[in-house]
Amino acid sequence: MLNRSIAPPIKDAIDYALTLKPYDHYLLDNGVPVYTIDAGAQDVLQVELVFYAGNYFEQRKGIAAATNYMLKNGTSKRTAFQINEDFEYYGAYCNRSCYNETAVISLHTLSKHIEKLLPVIQDMLTDSIFPEEELNIYKQNSQQRLKVNLQKAEFVAGRLIDSYLYGEKHPYGTYTKLEDIEGLSTGEIKKFYQDYYLKGQCVMFVSGKLPVGLAQLLNKHFGQLNVVKPTYKLPVIESHPAGQKKYRIQNDESAVQGAIRIGAPFPNRHHPDFKRVVVLNNVFGGFFGSRLMGNIREEKGYTYGIYSYLQNHIAQSAWIISTEAGKDVCEKTIDEVYLEMKKLRDEKIDEEELLLVRNYMIGGILGDLDGPFQIMAKWKNIILNNLDEQYFYESVQEIKTVSAEALQDLANKYLQPDLFYELVVY
Amino acid sequence: MIKFEKFSLPNGLRVLVHEDTSTPMAVVNVLYDVGARDEDPHKTGFAHFFEHLMFGGSKNIPVYDEPLQVAGGENNAYTTNDLTNYYCQLPAENIETAFWLESDRMLSLAFSKKSLEVQRKVVSEEFKEHYINKPYGDVWHKLRELTYTTHPYKWMTIGASLQHIQDAKLDDVKNFFFKHYTPANAILVVAGNVKKDEVKQMAEKWFGPIPAGIKYDRNLPVEPAQTGPRKLEVKANVPLDALYKTWHIYARTDPRYYVADLITDILGGGGSSRLYQSLVKEKQLFSSIDCYHLGSTDTGIITIDGKLVKGVDMKVADAAVTEELKKFMEDGITQAELEKVKNKTESAMAFEDMSVMNRAASIAMYELLGDANLINTELLRYQSVTAAQILEESRIIFNENNCNTMYYYAVQKES
Repeated sequence: MLNRSIAPPIKDAIDYALTLKPYDHYLLDNGVPVYTIDAGAQDVLQVELVFYAGNYFEQRKGIAAATNYMLKNGTSKRTAFQINEDFEYYGAYCNRSCYNETAVISLHTLSKHIEKLLPVIQDMLTDSIFPEEELNIYKQNSQQRLKVNLQKAEFVAGRLIDSYLYGEKHPYGTYTKLEDIEGLSTGEIKKFYQDYYLKGQCVMFVSGKLPVGLAQLLNKHFGQLNVVKPTYKLPVIESHPAGQKKYRIQNDESAVQGAIRIGAPFPNRHHPDFKRVVVLNNVFGGFFGSRLMGNIREEKGYTYGIYSYLQNHIAQSAWIISTEAGKDVCEKTIDEVYLEMKKLRDEKIDEEELLLVRNYMIGGILGDLDGPFQIMAKWKNIILNNLDEQYFYESVQEIKTVSAEALQDLANKYLQPDLFYELVVY
Repeated sequence: MIKFEKFSLPNGLRVLVHEDTSTPMAVVNVLYDVGARDEDPHKTGFAHFFEHLMFGGSKNIPVYDEPLQVAGGENNAYTTNDLTNYYCQLPAENIETAFWLESDRMLSLAFSKKSLEVQRKVVSEEFKEHYINKPYGDVWHKLRELTYTTHPYKWMTIGASLQHIQDAKLDDVKNFFFKHYTPANAILVVAGNVKKDEVKQMAEKWFGPIPAGIKYDRNLPVEPAQTGPRKLEVKANVPLDALYKTWHIYARTDPRYYVADLITDILGGGGSSRLYQSLVKEKQLFSSIDCYHLGSTDTGIITIDGKLVKGVDMKVADAAVTEELKKFMEDGITQAELEKVKNKTESAMAFEDMSVMNRAASIAMYELLGDANLINTELLRYQSVTAAQILEESRIIFNENNCNTMYYYAVQKES
């Protein structure tokens, strides 16, 4: 008779040797580095061109995002419609994304179509003209989108907590207002394009099933651009955190929930505590089995979900707790968050719980390494943060071995309520 | 070509195995043939609510998540109007943990009072977060009610009313479980770094002893053909006017489904699609517009939804959409447009099949539709669609008597 109350034996995930498949690497004629991962069963390809053209470099709010967006809105040879048509005809996706530090153009396509598509990207990166009419449509539509977002408490809360943590003048704390979008001009966008794309710093990441002759093809289309390889270093910009620590803001009088954000400044990945705090964060609020989730959702039912995380910035980070909770239980939720911090400061995490978290995290990394795009995402993160593969292996080692004492010390160092900004947007 | 093998246990559980040794992981996907369409109209939201309760402990195992996490796994689940799907991924060596957990909750839940009370609150917060405390959050609630008069697609998976979840009793939970959560109503897909023989052995060991239960006989009211246009005007606290239009299409297994699917791509898929180019870029009546369908198993709907540029009159915007559709119905499409949407479909499928977790879910979903091998033959069906079929179907679908229109007006002070 099967005894269902006994769990089958398991291999502890921490007994797995994790390896990050190494990349291939070469330089284009102009020195632009190309990192590649050749893997996967499907004939698909992801090409990412990363420029140091995020809002970190803009003189005026909204320029970096607008420039990045409008790369697909017209060259002297192709209208916006034609650019879209050129990609979509082949079932390919060309997306652009603007982050704080970098701005990316990415292409997802069946490998067999790559030759048809690279010339279009080359055109965008050498000959974008930023038509006035296209900018007007962009302004109008992004203002409208912003108006909708401004009615969402979670959107407003996300912007405000960043502004408290870094100051509104810092690239990580700034946010775009309707009037900033209104004030955009093609002149400034063209200048930004000139400085940060045409003569910018560029690095490429290519993953998937790589076709023969890809290196030559990339060199043909991108090897002659006037860009240079990145220094992987960012200019230092001082943050100016707010003086006041606690905020309650009413955004919508009919709200039935509050968006809660609790956050404290935290160093970047180069800090010796970072890798260990990643483990502590998982215990605290990093996944579904975390203490915050267990207490505040699964025990009390105050929220649909609560998470803590370290922000994914390059220069400096912050440790944030984020949730949407019923309006009548927001204050209780905040009390419980501080209570969970206190528990982590006062009591060692017991070994059983810690093993669960270790196994969960290692299992997660194993799962994350499924497929070429995921492997490349790990590498990209390492490279853009100016780290090397040691970072990956040391992170794995910390997950496997960091002691409960060390985690308690870190809780005492970082999970102190007076370090945290606290915000509820109703 | 995605390979898999299939067998059934004597209790009726269908098992499909997809081996992929390139990953160290295994995926265990359990699909139950029950969705919001199977709910009592007075107890809506129950299938989804029940999904939450499936994590509240089973007959012999007090909690679901922890043992899985200890084994290096993670999991989630989702409920649609048609089905409920549970999936977990863990290192392949530990796959038996997933068999143990999934089979015990198929055998019987713990029916804990506490889990019921807590999840009632959690789902209420989910309801608030996604459908009340968000601009346009009630759109689908209204749109489904407008579009469906009879079929249970007329309510959303979260439920027609928060009250239905507040009123749920433990007895309701038990009845729902024993009616729907039986081997005969489930499909188990195991994928990743696994061997078919081992899977078979473990399936027999863990799922074999579960009583078969009664196969649920689905007998849903059929949505009658719509005979005249329907309109609804709504005023809401949102910043922008929005226009929503729906038309009834075909069931997922109908050959014309593929034609309808491609029609949505021609009209609304991406920056070179017809509606975007004409109405957002050229006429600038909308700040965004999209055309899509929901892939429903029973007769579904095509939706066009767009937000209007401030100051544009709703009727003008609506007429412009109708004008585009008229062009479509009169002139049809070019060969290049057809080629484009077929290329897009081919590409989308290749990307979707990259992860073993997606492949497992797709195999389960196609098996539910009647044939898991559809995962390999779907593309051919799309490729055989002709421009003439698209023209013909567009004239049937976009007939004004088949149309539902919702004017969603913003009433808000300019801030």
